[in-house]
Amino acid sequence: MTKTKTPKKKKTRTNATAETMAAGQRDISVSEFFAKNRHLLGFDNPRKAMLTAIKEAVDNALDACEEAGILPHVYVRVLQVNETRFKLTIRDNGPGIVREQIENIFGKLLYGSKFHRLKMSRGQQGIGISAAGMYGLMTTGKPVVIISKIKRKKAHEVVLKMDTTKNRPSVISDTEHAEDDKLFAEGHGTQVTIELEGKYQKGRQSIDEYLEQTAIANPHAQITYATPTNETIEFPRVIDELPEEPKEIKPHPKGIELGTLIQMLERTDQRQLGGFLTKDFCRVGATKAREIAKGADLTGQSWVKTIGHTEAEKLYDSIQKTRIIAPNTDCLVPIGSKALLAGLLKEVKAEFFAASTRPPNVYRGNPFQIEVAIGYGGGLGRDDSAKVLRFANRVPLLYSQSSCCSFKAVAETSWKNYGLTQPRNSIPSGPLVVMVHMVSVWVPFTSESKEAIADYDEIRKEMKLALQECGRKLGTYLRRRKRMARESERRSVFERYIGEISRCCNSLVGADTDKLYKALLKQAKRRTDDADAELDDEGNIIDDGGRLGNDDDVIIVDDLQDLPEQEDTLFGKSAKKKKKKITKKKRGKK
Amino acid sequence: MAKKKITKKKTSNKTTTKVAATPRKSVVDKKRDAATKKKIETLATSVVKRSMAQKEPSFEIPTRSISNMTYNKKKRILEMGTNTQTRSLFNLGQSRKFMQSLLLAKGCRDLIDAEKTLSLRGMYYMGLHTIPGTKEKTFNDQGESDGILEDLEVSLDGLREELHIFAKKRGTMVGNITVVDNGDEINCRKMGSGGYAIPSICEPNVMQFKKCEADFILHVEKDTVWSRFNEDRFWETHNCVLTEGSGQPPRGVRRMLHRMHKELGLPVYCLLDCDPWGHYIYSVIKQGSINLAFESERMAIPDAKFMGIRSKDYDRLDLSDDVKIELNDRDITRAKQIAAYPWFEGKREWQREIKTMLNNGFKMEVESLITKDISYVTEEYVPQRLKEGDFLD
Repeated sequence: MTKTKTPKKKKTRTNATAETMAAGQRDISVSEFFAKNRHLLGFDNPRKAMLTAIKEAVDNALDACEEAGILPHVYVRVLQVNETRFKLTIRDNGPGIVREQIENIFGKLLYGSKFHRLKMSRGQQGIGISAAGMYGLMTTGKPVVIISKIKRKKAHEVVLKMDTTKNRPSVISDTEHAEDDKLFAEGHGTQVTIELEGKYQKGRQSIDEYLEQTAIANPHAQITYATPTNETIEFPRVIDELPEEPKEIKPHPKGIELGTLIQMLERTDQRQLGGFLTKDFCRVGATKAREIAKGADLTGQSWVKTIGHTEAEKLYDSIQKTRIIAPNTDCLVPIGSKALLAGLLKEVKAEFFAASTRPPNVYRGNPFQIEVAIGYGGGLGRDDSAKVLRFANRVPLLYSQSSCCSFKAVAETSWKNYGLTQPRNSIPSGPLVVMVHMVSVWVPFTSESKEAIADYDEIRKEMKLALQECGRKLGTYLRRRKRMARESERRSVFERYIGEISRCCNSLVGADTDKLYKALLKQAKRRTDDADAELDDEGNIIDDGGRLGNDDDVIIVDDLQDLPEQEDTLFGKSAKKKKKKITKKKRGKK
Repeated sequence: MAKKKITKKKTSNKTTTKVAATPRKSVVDKKRDAATKKKIETLATSVVKRSMAQKEPSFEIPTRSISNMTYNKKKRILEMGTNTQTRSLFNLGQSRKFMQSLLLAKGCRDLIDAEKTLSLRGMYYMGLHTIPGTKEKTFNDQGESDGILEDLEVSLDGLREELHIFAKKRGTMVGNITVVDNGDEINCRKMGSGGYAIPSICEPNVMQFKKCEADFILHVEKDTVWSRFNEDRFWETHNCVLTEGSGQPPRGVRRMLHRMHKELGLPVYCLLDCDPWGHYIYSVIKQGSINLAFESERMAIPDAKFMGIRSKDYDRLDLSDDVKIELNDRDITRAKQIAAYPWFEGKREWQREIKTMLNNGFKMEVESLITKDISYVTEEYVPQRLKEGDFLD
């Protein structure tokens, strides 16, 4: 059989020549590539796609508002069109977008302001929102509708399609709204509507969870969410103060790779090497520039244009060898312990909260900073393992938990020391919520869909240190609570018997029951108070409220201490539960 | 006959209530009661005083354990030492017991005032109630209140009888003796097959001896053996008093034996099982118990003799293999413990006896003699021992 077939095949086979192959070789547009590989951007399945679309839009909205110095109010509506189709509307009160840029921002992949600078922001590459529009177009054929209004100007409504082969937007229609447009109450803002194929499901990794966590990390933002089931959930603003504007920084010499260096050499406006090094990088002065140049057998006066590949390589090596101080860290704006606690307190029904913000540090030449907050007890689930909320630049990360650096840091921290149970090589169990936030000018994600933080040793170490700091506070609190429970148990035992004893003595020798009771009660209280002031395991006197009472990074909610366990309180499913505001009652000194 | 008796009683009760009450009055020892009452009130007063002075209310209880007990070689009885333990209110482990002690002290005072006596179980109910505002009961079971009452006895240095409390009746007697119990004359020769139940309080004010012709007392371990002797009219043929204590004899039985021994001069012979428990029953009758060492003076009979069953009886009487009951670990430990007690330590015969039992590896009950003959124990075994005078001391 094979014998007869082989010659036939040989006949039909035409070996490609370089020429024929060249005919098939052509440009691949970025958008085309991503259309085929949409999972790289987080559009793997309908449910995740819908979440990613909302996420990109909300991230952009918050970025825009903050950059413009406006306290954000984001409105999210998910409208179910039919079984598999949803219409997403995201509206913000940002500064609006100038008419000419609308199609580029929403219709072109890799177009944006954030890629070419080193500045802490939610978005990084400028892929997100246009990819969402593209996904919508591909699955439903419906264009993206953008309405944007700039202060004192009329709103534009632009209907947009994108040409995936050319990575170019095409405007279908462009109408100007009337002057008295009611859409933007504050007179400016942007609204984007995308229709896409999706699936709505509550619970883990849902839109609800994403928005809730966003509210935790952005206590200065007001988020209104209209669910597909026609409920309106309000995430109120708890801090009326915008976070500081993060500063843009130049790259640190140690944070770039050879390719980037060559690219920078090509693009620079500087003519001489010295100027290039001092102007295009941070932390390089004239002396350092000379030192680097010398290490590469060049001088500060060498012309940038003469630097070829070999020289660039030498230059790169020289940079690695030279000692350069760490980059500025004032470019980082953490949420801050206070705001972190406010955000967590708002959404998590725990009785104990602690937060810790680490000083900034550097990985691969990029400054970063770690913040951790924990919530314990109250209505949190007691039997499950702890919940880890991961954030990067205030954006919640919902997928790929186990491959994330922050998850690993939580698992590696030894929580047993703080009075919790922890299975081997796993996150602790018990009523605990752990929030880990990384801010950086460049968050190292493991993939373009921004799901997990890459596992750098420097980052993990900082995370663990912050976790330990919170853990110690929790441990102190738990020990104190245990001791208090023991003391109050003791006191109640005495109180129970004192009445009996007073009555007996009254009957036996006619002692005044009330007087005796009061005298004994006084003594019982004094004796149990004595025990309250016992030394703790670190040898410090525990006054009422303990050391934690004076700690600004700790909140203890007294009236939640005996709260019965509630079903999934963190990511509560009913709107009613959400509306129930936690009364914040900070434990003061008695 | 029976009918007549009942009617007689009824009429006497009806017509002469005062007369019937008179002998009963004799039960109440006014002087003693007043002293007991005083002790209870002193306890309460100290609690009140200390509380009002913001000091911790507490009282001392003599320790009732082997560590606080000595064997008086001269008197040949166990005596309680002087160690005490403090029971205080503001100690988590003692708080509840402190409250219970006061509650029962009050109960005893009420009993004395009412001139009545109550059983241990009655006392439990007397102190029992739910603490107001809680779901906690003052006593969880009778065991709790029994222990507190014993503490109270020792700390008040007053006997249970003085506190107007009695234990459940246990133990029977029959024999050539007439006693007066609470004013009623009891002829122990005419007690049928059941015998006279020995009351738990046998103090002279309640119990008097009237006519005694017996020569000795035979105390057997339990009811089954006692019935055998009673049915065979052993006490008649051998002219003795036959008693039984249902295992470890209660205080009533021990007090009764003690008084008959002391006041009537009757020697006491014990017929008990050949096992550590039988040995300890003998020890309690003879020297007093560790727990009630403070009462040894009134209870112990240092001259009591151990008649059997002896470990050598298996060979001596050629008993069958079937009567052997293997010693378990607990038996062995207990036997060694007993052998080490100071009052057994110096007695070579006892040491040999226990050693033989341990070497044998088995124990024997009195009933094992039934394998020889139903009445072997009454017709052969005991008469033989009495004749030979073969006893352990």
